[in-house]
Amino acid sequence: VKIALIGFGSVGQGVAEVIGRKDLGITITGVADSKGGAIDNNGLAIDRILSRKSETQCCGEPGITPMDIITGADYDALVEVSPTNADTGEPALTYIRKAMDQKRHVVTSNKGPIALAYRELRSRAAAQQVQLRYEATVCGAVPIFHTLDHGLGGNTIQSIHGVMNGTCNYILSRMAAEGLTYDQALIEARELGYAEADPTYDVKGIDTAIKLVILANTVWGLDMTLHDVNITGIDQLTPDALRLAEEQNHTIRLIGEAIYHTGLLRVSPRIIKRDDPLVVDGTLNAITLKTDLAGELTFVGKGAGSTETASAIIGDLIFIRDCYANGA
Amino acid sequence: MKLEMKDTPGQLVTALKPISDVGGNIIAIVHQRDPSTPSDTIDVQVVLDLAEKRLNDLLDLFKRHDVHVQRIGKERLIHKRSLIMIGHIMHTDLSDTVDQIDRTGYAEVSELHMVMPAIHEPSTARITIKSANEADMNRAVELLRNVSHRKDILVVEPLEEIA
Repeated sequence: VKIALIGFGSVGQGVAEVIGRKDLGITITGVADSKGGAIDNNGLAIDRILSRKSETQCCGEPGITPMDIITGADYDALVEVSPTNADTGEPALTYIRKAMDQKRHVVTSNKGPIALAYRELRSRAAAQQVQLRYEATVCGAVPIFHTLDHGLGGNTIQSIHGVMNGTCNYILSRMAAEGLTYDQALIEARELGYAEADPTYDVKGIDTAIKLVILANTVWGLDMTLHDVNITGIDQLTPDALRLAEEQNHTIRLIGEAIYHTGLLRVSPRIIKRDDPLVVDGTLNAITLKTDLAGELTFVGKGAGSTETASAIIGDLIFIRDCYANGA
Repeated sequence: MKLEMKDTPGQLVTALKPISDVGGNIIAIVHQRDPSTPSDTIDVQVVLDLAEKRLNDLLDLFKRHDVHVQRIGKERLIHKRSLIMIGHIMHTDLSDTVDQIDRTGYAEVSELHMVMPAIHEPSTARITIKSANEADMNRAVELLRNVSHRKDILVVEPLEEIA
């Protein structure tokens, strides 16, 4: 399978590195970041683009844009891994539409376009008879969409509960374990690289809400957006709150909750039994599905990291290769 | 509940068996002779935990075994839920907050554990509400949520059984 890779930050480099290291039958014919790009329809040399990126901060030649690659390179699937814009989804949304219009499959880790324009992208993919896959958008390494689409194919999903933001989970784990204040735990998370300089998007629950929207739209074919989610973040929580919960063998976690029969979409800190399978420590993610046939299932795994995210993207690519792409 | 049965050997076991047959859990048994009752019967008081919808099944079984039920007492508020509140709980009229729940008639605040770290800083409280059933509890929590929202208090609710 030939891919065009748009975005060459930690996720893009992770994808390239894995493709270079493992013999997966995947060739990169185009790559672009915000500064430039490169095209070679016979396959780019991955070690070259990785070393150029680390030396010059740019993966290719200045002047070659993502659009040049999307319209000019020879590829089967667009891998769109540029940074998320939760407000507009751009420029990724434009790239995805353009690739689909040229009958190319799309694999993305970008939450913005999927949360904002799910219905439209879904119908565009159907009209163009291409695949749209976005395993990496929710819970990083956990193959939740493959599981929902295939493993749990005949099930009705009744509810989804998830710990889907590693930053928040790290902060709450530390507040519970060490009695830290929210501010202390946030500083620690930043020092370890688990929190952004501006943590708003994570700690206010927006990131979790976006993932919840993506899950709900996918599972139930809805057309929800961020505005349909009732959101409360974790930044007002006190060490006493954690302690009062712990006294009763409970703890507090930021939970994304979607209930089918009430249409409820909610992100809020919740008191939860300490032995609940959703209670994971550190930056781990967990998700519990309640289904009619399989009962309750909980999946736990790493929610971020370049190799973990690459795992999800490559899983999507292999699926497309095996089921849809001609040749490889 | 208070039961009256014939004072013959094996009768107590006969009387208690239906309780486990309908899925009840016996918590305590008080077995004593009451001078005011006829001498060929005895009174037994049983404390048990039983789903409300199985009560009629139990009463039918008792009837068939000639066990007379004299009295059924129920603990009305058996549903309990603890929530955590964070904010200026005291200075936004705590007694009003509690009153709003207590005045409903279907739920009441049974416990409040409050921590006030420093003046002007938000305090944290664990509040326990009791109600007769799940639906009333949900109404009470909804009420607390609304009252707290007006008072700028954050309420952390428990994740109820996912089922």
